[in-house]
Amino acid sequence: MSQLRRTMLYVPGNNAGMIRDAGIYSADCIMFDLEDSVAPSEKDGARFLVYEALTCLEYPGKELLVRVNALESEYGPEDLEAIVRTGKAVIRLPKTESAQDVLDCEREIARIEKSAGLAPGSTKMMAAVETAAGVLSAREIAAASKRLVGIAIGAEDYVTDLKTSRSPEGIELYFGRSMVLLAARAAGIDALDTVFSDINDEEGFRREVAYIKQLGFDGKSVINPRQIQPVHDIFTPTQEEIQRSIAVIEALEDAKSKGMGVASLNGKMVDKPIEDRARRVLSFARAVGALGREE
Amino acid sequence: MVIEKTSIAGTLESSDIMITIAPGEDGISIDLTSTVEKQFGRQIRSEIEGALREIGVTGAKVTAVDKGALDCAIRARVRAAAYRAAGEKNFPWGGAGHESAS
Repeated sequence: MSQLRRTMLYVPGNNAGMIRDAGIYSADCIMFDLEDSVAPSEKDGARFLVYEALTCLEYPGKELLVRVNALESEYGPEDLEAIVRTGKAVIRLPKTESAQDVLDCEREIARIEKSAGLAPGSTKMMAAVETAAGVLSAREIAAASKRLVGIAIGAEDYVTDLKTSRSPEGIELYFGRSMVLLAARAAGIDALDTVFSDINDEEGFRREVAYIKQLGFDGKSVINPRQIQPVHDIFTPTQEEIQRSIAVIEALEDAKSKGMGVASLNGKMVDKPIEDRARRVLSFARAVGALGREE
Repeated sequence: MVIEKTSIAGTLESSDIMITIAPGEDGISIDLTSTVEKQFGRQIRSEIEGALREIGVTGAKVTAVDKGALDCAIRARVRAAAYRAAGEKNFPWGGAGHESAS
């Protein structure tokens, strides 16, 4: 199983306390933000702080990401200089609108890797689409670089660009989410869903997490540690799903041992998609520690 | 690096430190107020002075109000304040492929 990305915890880059504490929570990924959560007057301070944290602090078992400022902004190039040189973080691009945005950033990263003596290609990237143009280019964006490990949708800017607002049902996000998900699957990378801003609406949050899991997303950005466990609960396969998957694999192995070309379970044929889903459930369950000792 | 004006970096929030740096001619002087001064005062002063010497600052008046910052946060805030006070921008980032910044 590759890197788990069920939860990606946003940490404002100029908040020393949150940077210190981020590792104690169970989020799979921590994303230090140098962009929207940092005031222009503090961009340099946040950059120093995140650079030092990446260089000196340990976040065992976590994937670390840093959302840098746009390359064309006055802060973006220096953000890349600092963060790439740590060799510790995935570069999370802000507002990606085209494959060219990814390629421009990749070229800078490659130059810095070479200058810093880092292995070429060692710095990974994650794109985020937050506009209509970005969603429509999602397929090209997701396939633009081998460094990309995932693509995320940022809803607040996107719905504003659509001239609408977010609703509890999320109907306005259905197309954008679907585009991002399909682009990710076609490119073989992860799909990450947007934040849910009302941290006091746990019921609404759980409903949205179940919905995006059903769509096929790999995980969700979270803005508060309280949102981590509900996501992990919903993304963990149920015992019923696990037992059903084990039965599928056993039926396949039984058929194979008898020299039968086709397996069946409870009177239904077990074909390749069913096998693939069962193996994925078990692989995921194993990765999150949800399998019993017999497995 | 020459400190040319007074600059501030950091906050008074928990786990942070606010560093004020002003021009000074007779070495580095540090006026420290800390919630953990008894236990860590000497270490904090050493960290501030070390961070300044690392970027070539030899004269500065530093006022530090510490709220329990880790060493890495102290270094980050000292660097930010010093670069602002010197009007310089290009920090020699070190990182994984190099020795630390000097």
